[in-house]
Amino acid sequence: MATTPESTSVPLAARGRRGARQGVLARLWADRWIYLFLLPTAVLYSLYTIWPIGVSWWYSLLDWNGFDQHGTYIGLANYREVLQDPFFWHAFEHTFVFALISVPVRLVLTLIVAVMLNNPRMPWASLFRTALFVPVVTTTAIIGIVMQFVFDPAGGPVNLFLLKFGLIDRPINFLGDSSTALYTVMVVHVWKWFGVTMIYWLAALQTISTEYYEAARVDGANAVRVFRDITVPLLKPFAIIIGVLTFIDTLKIFDLMLTMTGGGPYFSTEVIDIFIYREAFAATIPRLGYASAAAVTFGMLTIVIAVVQLLAARYAQRARRTS
Amino acid sequence: MKQGAAPSIRSPRGRRRWSWSPGIALQVVLLVALSAIWIYPFLWLVSASLKGSLELFVSGLDLVPKHWEWSNYSRAWNDAGFSRYMVNSIITTAATVLIVIVRCALTGYVLARYSFIGKRFVLGVFLVTIFVPEGYTIIAVMELSRQLHLLNSLLGITLALSAGGHVAAILLYTGYFARIPRELEEAAVLDGAGFFEIFRSIMMPLAGPVTATVAVLTFLGAWNAFFVPLVFTFSKPELRTLAVGMLAFQGEHSTDWSGMAAAATLSLIPVVLLFMFLQRYFMEGIAGAVKA
Repeated sequence: MATTPESTSVPLAARGRRGARQGVLARLWADRWIYLFLLPTAVLYSLYTIWPIGVSWWYSLLDWNGFDQHGTYIGLANYREVLQDPFFWHAFEHTFVFALISVPVRLVLTLIVAVMLNNPRMPWASLFRTALFVPVVTTTAIIGIVMQFVFDPAGGPVNLFLLKFGLIDRPINFLGDSSTALYTVMVVHVWKWFGVTMIYWLAALQTISTEYYEAARVDGANAVRVFRDITVPLLKPFAIIIGVLTFIDTLKIFDLMLTMTGGGPYFSTEVIDIFIYREAFAATIPRLGYASAAAVTFGMLTIVIAVVQLLAARYAQRARRTS
Repeated sequence: MKQGAAPSIRSPRGRRRWSWSPGIALQVVLLVALSAIWIYPFLWLVSASLKGSLELFVSGLDLVPKHWEWSNYSRAWNDAGFSRYMVNSIITTAATVLIVIVRCALTGYVLARYSFIGKRFVLGVFLVTIFVPEGYTIIAVMELSRQLHLLNSLLGITLALSAGGHVAAILLYTGYFARIPRELEEAAVLDGAGFFEIFRSIMMPLAGPVTATVAVLTFLGAWNAFFVPLVFTFSKPELRTLAVGMLAFQGEHSTDWSGMAAAATLSLIPVVLLFMFLQRYFMEGIAGAVKA
């Protein structure tokens, strides 16, 4: 065998051939199968993930309309403009308002439902779980278009329903009014991705042995106490990672936003992805350099936030272990 | 209950009795209401796809159509080109799933079972780039595709969907292959099986469950993809996938609600059906993110 598995169970003869003194080249040659296996991902991932990350920095320094083969180098001018562009900061604000409201709502609602469904005595639990999960598998862009009709002021079922039960006097133009559009998309977003966070919680809840609950029941603890004193402490390590995953998910709202509102009305729902799309693809004169600068700026901010969250999670876990 | 080793997310039924205590009954009522809200848009969609354009506006909240307008479907399928879009979606999705499985299984296998020069570097690169958002890379991916002359082709869309990212799939394979006992491959080595032969005839078959999970999750991502096929088909409408075709249809026939509902139903049916049959893999694939 040419290569050495990590553990010690390799035939001794093979190990002897590859002592510590062996040259690097000989080792690389001996491991040629390994590198052959890595090759497809190495080539494709380098081209389609690593290269784009790197070259975006270069693009962001260009004045480039995409029709010409090459752009002109203009230094940091794009960044200066991005940082002063009210549309960028509005998009930034919309993205984070969206996340800061919908993430906690999603986390809390899904946790409540997951706790209910995790009860082994709950009738039809798997049926409910399926129903709440179905939107997750559907195409977001198509849902976005369908939801335009569902929330339509003239014939959409939401307005018809609210009118019928006298909850409103005249139809609400949910998506056409800049004060309601962002929140309407948030509602649809929570509806669409509810099942994912619910499944995260259920997976976490399944790690808690039912014996805890049975013991608590024998001791006569009520549901609220069980939740507070057993479920919550045991879920804490999961809560942070579920929060991070849900948050990262929420930054990717391009599909839903473009198809439901297109960023309108009056840019009131323009999130970062839409901003980039508008500058790079939808404008009459695309500005690829400028859009790249916006993408890099936002990507950096996102990575900083994700890293801070993960560090906080590590810290919390370590604090738990030592205490 | 099963042992804790593999916490399946199926609800523990079996011998356990359902309870109908007042507390539970109240929860059931809440869950029924919630599920109804969750399912309603789909019922409305299917109902709208079977109504005439006029009836759609007059009938209000009634879900059952008075006249079943099947012509909506033929209009979407033939006139609006959804038969074409369906084929494009199937091709790009199937090719994406295949590429992702092959490249991620190969990578996950060597990362899990061998040490080699550069291993830490490879793992480090994956971990650093795992969360890079699509909006960040899309401009460069398009420019790259233009230079490779892949911009207006299904192959270009497929590569843009499958070549980058998918680190989670690699890590799933890595985790699984690391747990397979050594003895299995030692026996094969004694039988004279080579490196690739061991992978193909022993390891890959054992990794069936991971392959199923990766296939399902990749299918979901590729079938529902929107940003990439949207920007790749600006100048070639005949390459649109279902999701992009829907947006184009809406742009061209904004008043044809029932035609659009039929098109949307056609696009959503395959994925919902697949979900119904393979529920377990969908949910366990997603739950895997937390357990890992």
